[in-house]
Parts: sequence; structure tokens; C-alpha cells
Amino acid sequence: MSNTKYTYAVARIRALETSLLSDGDVEQLLACGTADQALQFITDKGWGDPASSADMDAVLKREEEKTWEVIRDVAPDISVFDVLSFPKLYHNLKAAVKEVCTEADNPRIFYDDCPIPGREMLEIIRNREFSRLPGTMSRTAAEAFDQLLHTRDGQLCDIIIDKAALEAIYEAGKRSGEKIIADYADTTVAIADIRIAVRSRKTGKSAEFMRSAMAECGSVNVEQLIRAALAGAEEIAQYLEGTSYAGGADALRESPSAFERWCDNRMIESLKPQKYETFSAGPLLAYLVARENEIKTVRIILTGKQNGFPEEAIRERVREMYV
Amino acid sequence: MNIWNDLGIVYALLGAAVAVLFAGCGSAIGVGIAGQAASGVVTEDPSKFAKVLIIQLLPGTQGLYGLLVGFITLSKIGILGGGIADLSVTTGLLILAACLPVGIVGLLSGISQGKTAAAAIGIVAKKPEQFGKAMLFPAMVETYAILALLISFLAVNGIQV
Repeated sequence: MSNTKYTYAVARIRALETSLLSDGDVEQLLACGTADQALQFITDKGWGDPASSADMDAVLKREEEKTWEVIRDVAPDISVFDVLSFPKLYHNLKAAVKEVCTEADNPRIFYDDCPIPGREMLEIIRNREFSRLPGTMSRTAAEAFDQLLHTRDGQLCDIIIDKAALEAIYEAGKRSGEKIIADYADTTVAIADIRIAVRSRKTGKSAEFMRSAMAECGSVNVEQLIRAALAGAEEIAQYLEGTSYAGGADALRESPSAFERWCDNRMIESLKPQKYETFSAGPLLAYLVARENEIKTVRIILTGKQNGFPEEAIRERVREMYV
Repeated sequence: MNIWNDLGIVYALLGAAVAVLFAGCGSAIGVGIAGQAASGVVTEDPSKFAKVLIIQLLPGTQGLYGLLVGFITLSKIGILGGGIADLSVTTGLLILAACLPVGIVGLLSGISQGKTAAAAIGIVAKKPEQFGKAMLFPAMVETYAILALLISFLAVNGIQV
């Protein structure tokens, strides 16, 4: 009965989905007068821990940890969710390489709720024990470390690690054996490639630079995207119209933040059918993404209110909710 | 007792075994699947225990139907109540055939009902007020187990020993 191994996990996620924020909750959060009132609103909803209720960052960090605690608890095979933990893992690698090379000390830049927490990653890089890193990550770490040490070029180091992260996400998606996770990985990589194209266009980067930063994926052709980026911003939008990201073309013409918002909303839309699944890893993935999405939205609203942004400016960045 | 002379009773007993075994397995798997889902919900919200327990038990009926047909068969051939009947091979095979519907349909409908019950438990997890509707979906699967029980019951009863 291999297809029923997610039954317990999905039922537990169903029960947890009732506490996800709805669009109505987000409206109420937006209507709060001050950041403190908004923080009070989400802590009343059970966010954070009693000890951390006054500190926004602590509350949001605790929520991210809670999500992964649940998934680690219920998932029969946590490696299926590598796709979602890799960004944090590779972020830790990047932070550790830079910290060791620059001899700085800043423990706050690491994520702790991922397979290799910050302290361990720092120890691995400091002792040059790259073989302790999983899969191709050891080669990436050695290469990025050497490059940064010899060239002192932080951007080059970023590109090496970011591209490796995208490739690892794509591979993990294919390896998971779950279509929904493979699709998610493919979309993540495609959207990252599109972002690279847009930013490279703005900063006038070469085709060679883009080629070294973009990762191959199924839904976007890297070479065509590079050609479009070299030709102009409108050409990128036109290229997107011929792909499954056609809706993003208009958002891209509007503004970069509108495009980012469109990407997140598209992801949530594509995951919504998972609400009716009972026997696959899909609802777990959807819950993870939905939680990340709502934490991101709450962070946008709270920081917006802290900095006195007008409600309209915050509203245009608010994402759609899963429930 | 020479088995070749008594093949009739062997087939008849095999029929009773098929009814109980297959239908019982179907129920065990079905209740197991629904139980996993029920545990998931109760982990997060223990107040829903009673509701999810009722839904979990729905796939358990196939086992009872198999047991019922098994009992009738055993009493028919005299293993229960003393005096084992002297059955011809044909009668034994007829009884075996009569037991097949409840066994096979019990197995498959038990598993299907378990999966439907797990999905229905998802409804209770998110919308407990829709409990009545959630109950109906797995109950629909029950129809076919009852039909199979009916045919097995009539057939076993109708065979002259």
C-alpha cells in the first residue's frame, strides 16, 4: 500500500490548514493602525512563542521553524522536501564561505532550521572539510571558496553557489519521484532564471555572465532567454508570452515587484488543487509553500507598517493566500 | 478420512475461509488506512476523536459480512452444531462459488472504502460541521459490499445439502 504512506501526514496537514491565514485575515492585518497592533493580531492567532511575542523577527523565525518541525515529524521521507530546504542550505554555505574568507563574525546571518545549521556549516568551511557536505555541494563549496580567496570577487562566489543551488533544486525535484514536487522545482528554477535575465538586462551584463548564472530547466530555454535579455526588457516579456509564464509578461512590464508577486501567486494557484489530495506528498509541499508565503506576506505588512508605508504600497506587495 | 472421497466438504470449508479471509483483509486494510488519517487529525485536534472514529469504522463492516457468510456456511455443512454433512464435490464447489462474491467484493470494497474514509476524515478536519456529508461518501461504497453479501447469503442458503 505504498500509495497510502502519506495518509497520516496529509490528515494532520488538513487539520493544520485550518489555522492558515485567509485573505480576510490579511485584510484585517492590513487594517491594523500600527505595526504593534498588527504584531498583536498575529500573536493572538497563535504565532510565535509566548517568550518571543514582542519581537517581530523572533515570531516569524519561530513560525518558519514550527512549519519544518511539523513536516519533519510527519513526512515518511524528508528528502522529498530537499527542494524547499536547499535554498536555506546553500544560503548557509554562501554565508559560511564569505564569513571564513572575510574573517567576519556574524552568527545572525545563518538559518538553523535546515539540514546543516549555521554553526556546523561554518565549522566545515573553516576546517576545509568539504567532503562532509552532501552530493555536489562539496565541489561547489571548494570552488566558491577558492574563487573568493583568490579573486576576492563576492559576486562570482554568489553566482557559483546560486547556480549550484538551482541545479540541486532541479535535480532534487526530478529525484523525488513526485510530479508536483518536480513541477515546483522546475518552476522555481525557471523563475530564478527569469529574474536573472531581468536584472542582468538592467545592469547590462553579458551573455557569458548570464550563462554562468542560469540553470537549465524544463519550462524555460536558457539560450533563448539570454538572447531576449540581450535584446531588451520588452523582448524578455515577449519571450515569456510563448512559455507557460505568459501571465508574468504583463506583471514584468508593470514593475519588478509586481512580477515577484505574480510568481508567488502563480505558485499558490498551481498548488491549490492539492487541497483535494489525500494520498500524496503534494498537500505537504503546498502547506510548506503556503506557510512560507504567509510568513513572507506578514513580514511585508509588518515592515511596511513599521516604516510608515502607505497602505496601497503594502497592498500591492501582498500575496494571495492558500486557503 | 480420505481427502479424495471428502473433497466436497473441503471445497465448502474453503468457501467459508474465502469469505472470512478476503472480506476480513479488506476491512483490516480499509480500517488501517482510515485509522492513519484519523490519527493525523486527532494529533492536532483531539476534540474530533468521536467523529473521525465513526468514519474510521465504516470499512469494518465488510469483515462482519464475511463472518456472517462464513457462519452460515459452517452451520450449513454441519461443522457448527455437529454432524458434518456428506457433500458431493459439486455441492462443495457450489458453496465455494457462493462464498466468492462477499470475499472478493469485501476485499476490494474494504480497501476502497478505507481510502474514501481517509479523504472524508480530511473533510471533518477542515469542516467539522459537514460531518454528515463526510459520512455519506464512504457509506456509498458500502452499497456494493451489501449487494455481494446479499448474493452470497441467498446462494449459500439456496444450495441443498
